Amino acid sequence: MESPHAIKGSDPLESLLAAARQLADKGAIRDEIVTGIYGVTAGICREAVSYQDKKKLSSTYKLDRIVTSKLWGFPIMLAGLGLVFWITIAGANYPSSWLASFFGWIEGYLTSGFTAVNAPAWLHGVLVLGLYRGTSWVISVMLPPMMIFFPVFALLENFGYLPRVAFNMDRLFKKSGGHGKQALTMSMGFGCNAAAILSTRIIESPRERMLAILTNNFVPCNGRWPTLILLSSLFMVGASARGALRTFSTALVLMGIVLVGITVTLTVSWVMSKTMLRGVPTHYTLELPPYRRPQIWKTIVRSSKEKSLNVLTRAIVVAAPAGILTWILGNVVIGGDSVLNHMAAFFDPFAQLLGLDGFIIMAFILGLPANEIVLPILLMGYMSSGAMVDVEGIGSIKELFLSHGWTWLTALNMMLFSLLHYPCGTTLVNIYKETESLKWAVLSAVIPLGIAIGVTFATAQIVRLLGWV
Amino acid sequence: MAGAAIPLSEASNGSLLRISGIDVQGVLRRRLLDLGFVTGNTVEVLRRSPLGDPVAFRVSNTTIALRREESSLIYGELLGGEEA
Amino acid sequence: MSHYTVAFAGNPNTGKSTLFNLLTGLRQHTGNWAGKTVTTAEGEFTHNQHVYRAVDLPGTYSLYSNSADEEAARDYIIFEQPVVTLVVLDATSLERNLNLALQVLEITGRAVVCINLIDEAKKLGISINLKAIARQLGVPVVAISARNQTGIGELLDQLERVATGAFAGKPLKITYSDEIEQGIAELLPLVEQTVGSRYPARWIALRLMDGDSSLLSSLKTHMGRSTSPAHKEVAGHGVTACH
Repeated sequence: MESPHAIKGSDPLESLLAAARQLADKGAIRDEIVTGIYGVTAGICREAVSYQDKKKLSSTYKLDRIVTSKLWGFPIMLAGLGLVFWITIAGANYPSSWLASFFGWIEGYLTSGFTAVNAPAWLHGVLVLGLYRGTSWVISVMLPPMMIFFPVFALLENFGYLPRVAFNMDRLFKKSGGHGKQALTMSMGFGCNAAAILSTRIIESPRERMLAILTNNFVPCNGRWPTLILLSSLFMVGASARGALRTFSTALVLMGIVLVGITVTLTVSWVMSKTMLRGVPTHYTLELPPYRRPQIWKTIVRSSKEKSLNVLTRAIVVAAPAGILTWILGNVVIGGDSVLNHMAAFFDPFAQLLGLDGFIIMAFILGLPANEIVLPILLMGYMSSGAMVDVEGIGSIKELFLSHGWTWLTALNMMLFSLLHYPCGTTLVNIYKETESLKWAVLSAVIPLGIAIGVTFATAQIVRLLGWV
Repeated sequence: MAGAAIPLSEASNGSLLRISGIDVQGVLRRRLLDLGFVTGNTVEVLRRSPLGDPVAFRVSNTTIALRREESSLIYGELLGGEEA
Repeated sequence: MSHYTVAFAGNPNTGKSTLFNLLTGLRQHTGNWAGKTVTTAEGEFTHNQHVYRAVDLPGTYSLYSNSADEEAARDYIIFEQPVVTLVVLDATSLERNLNLALQVLEITGRAVVCINLIDEAKKLGISINLKAIARQLGVPVVAISARNQTGIGELLDQLERVATGAFAGKPLKITYSDEIEQGIAELLPLVEQTVGSRYPARWIALRLMDGDSSLLSSLKTHMGRSTSPAHKEVAGHGVTACH
C-alpha cells in the first residue's frame, strides 16, 4: 500500500506519532473529535430519552440551596461534625464500659487459672497483665466508637454530602495553596490516615497532592479518637456536667480539637506552598453528584465489616506484642528501678516543658506502629510503676492519671500532641510508597513533630505563666 | 444581536448561557469538554460557594463546580434567566 | 465451565461499585466522588455455570488520558482486552454518560451497556427508549437498578451472550469530520503496520492525531511485553490495600 508517510527511523512508534502530528492541528482536532462524539450522543438522547418535566430534574439538588448557602453552609458543616461526634460518644459510652467489665470479669478467671496451676508470676504478668489487658483495653475502648463512627460517616459519604464540604471549603484551601479535593482526603483521614494517603491520588497535581499528604496527619484518625474522647470527657468537661450535657460538652471539645487540626492543616499548606512546594494552583473541577438515599443496612454492615474489623485487627496485632513489651519493660528491674521508669525518667525533664510527663512521651514513641496503643501503653506504664490500680471503669482511669500528677493541662496537651504528632508507621510507609521519596516521608513525620512540640510547649508555658494550673 | 459572549464567571446566579468558546488548552480543556462544557451546550449558573467561589454549574444534567480561574475562560451567550 | 474477564467501566457516581459489589459479593466501599475507586478491585461471580472474573476499573469521565485513573482504565481495556467490557451509565445524566460508552465502543465491540439508576430516572420523569439506544450503539443495552436489584438477571444474560460470542456486536462507528476521516485513512495502514492487528487501529490513529503521547508510551511498554509469551501479569490492579 502506498502511503505518503513512510515509517523510518529507529523507533517506528515515534515516527508514527510524528506522522500523526503532521496531519493534525492538535487543538482543533481534539475539539472536533469530542464534538463528533457529543453530536452522536445528543442525537441518541434526542431520539431515546424524553423528559416529563425538566424542572423535576433539579429537584435532587434542592438541598444544596441550604447546605451550600452563605448563611447555613458552614453552620451545617459544624453541626454535622458535632452530631457525628455526639452520636459516637453517646452511643459508645455504655457498650465500652460493659465490654471493660466483661473483660475484667474474665481476667479474674484467668488469674485464678494461673494460680491454680501454680504458674510463675512472670508468666501471669506477661500473658494476663501484659498481653490480655492490652488487647482487651484496645477492644473495649475502640470497638464501640468505631462501630458507630465509621457507619455514620459512611452514610454521610454515600448520601453525597462530602463533595459539598469540598465545595464550601474550597476557597480556604485555595488561599492556602492547596486543592479543593484536599477536603475530601482530609475526610478520609478521620477514618484512617494510611488509607487517606492512598486517596490523595484523586488530586492530579503532584504539588497539591504532596500538600494533602503532608497535612493529612492533622486530621485525627480512628486510632486517636479513643484517646481524644477519653481525655476530653475525663478532664475537659466540668465535673458537674452529667448525662446529655456531659456528652454534648465532650463533643464540643472534640470539635475544637478538629478545628485546631484544620487550622494547622491550612497554615502548614500555606507555608509549604510559599516555600518548599511553590507553584501555581492547577485546574479544579468538582462534580456535585445528586443526593442519594444511602442503603442504610448495607452501608452499616459493609463499613463495620470492612473498616471497623480491619482497624481492630490491626490494633490487636500491634497491641498484643506492645502489651508484652511494656509489661517486660515495666518489670525488668535494673539498679532498683524498672527499665520503664528509667526511660520515663529520662524523658521527663523535656516532657515537663511540654506540659506532659516522661511516660506520655514514651507511650507516643512506643506507639509509633499504631496510634491505637498509645493510651494502653501509658496506662500499663502507670500501673506497673508503683500504685497498682485496678482499671475497671472510666472513673478509675481518672484516678490513675490524677495519682500521677495530671491536671487538665496534661490532658489538653496530650490531646494536642496526639492530634499533631507524627503519623503512624503504616501511614509513613504509605507516604514513602506513594511519593517514592525518603525525604518527603521523613518530612511528613518531622514537620508535624516540630509543630506538636511547639504548640504543646507554648500552651504549657502560657497556661503556667497565667497561673491557670 | 444574540448577545455578546461573557465569561461564565461574570454571569449571575440563575442565568442560562450557551457556550460559545473555551479559551483553555491542554488537560483542563480535555477535562472541561468531558464534563460537558462543549461549544453549543447550555449551562445554568446554579450557586456560589458560601465563600463566593467556586461556582456550581448545571451542564448535561450534572452539577459541576469550577473556580473563577476556570470559569473565567469559558465564554457563553446569555439565553435567559436573570440579566448579568 | 469457562472463565471470562469482565471489566466494569463508568463515570464516577454511577453506582458502578454498587453493582460490582452486588455481583461479586466482594464487600468494597462505594464512594460518591470522582476517582474514589483509586485502585481497581477484583472479584468473581457465576451465572449459568460460567465463571466471570470481574475487574472494577476506576470511575472516569473519559478514556482520553487526562489523569492516571483514565490511563489505567484505558490501558486495561486496550491491553488486557477483557472478554466483555461492561459500561455502567447513570440513567439520570445519559447525555454525559453516553460519551464514555461511545469511547469504549470505539475500542471494542465486546461490550454491554448497563443503564443504572433507572428507578431514579423514572422518579424524575425521565423515560428512556432502550431499544432505540441499543439499535444505535449496536451492543446490548440493559436498564437496571443495582440498589433495588432489578434487571440484574437480564444483565447477566446479555453479558453471557457477548462473552460466549452468541451475540456479535456491531458497535456504532462514529463518522468524524472529513478532515479527521481523511487523516485516519492516511494513518490506518501505518498503524496496522506498526502495532499489528491486536489493537484497535482506527482508535489508535484517532488518539495519535489528538497527540496522545501517554498512549504511545503505553503502547511501547505493552508491545515490548508482547514479545514474551506470558503477558497476563497486571501491575497495580490489586484489591484496594490499606491497613
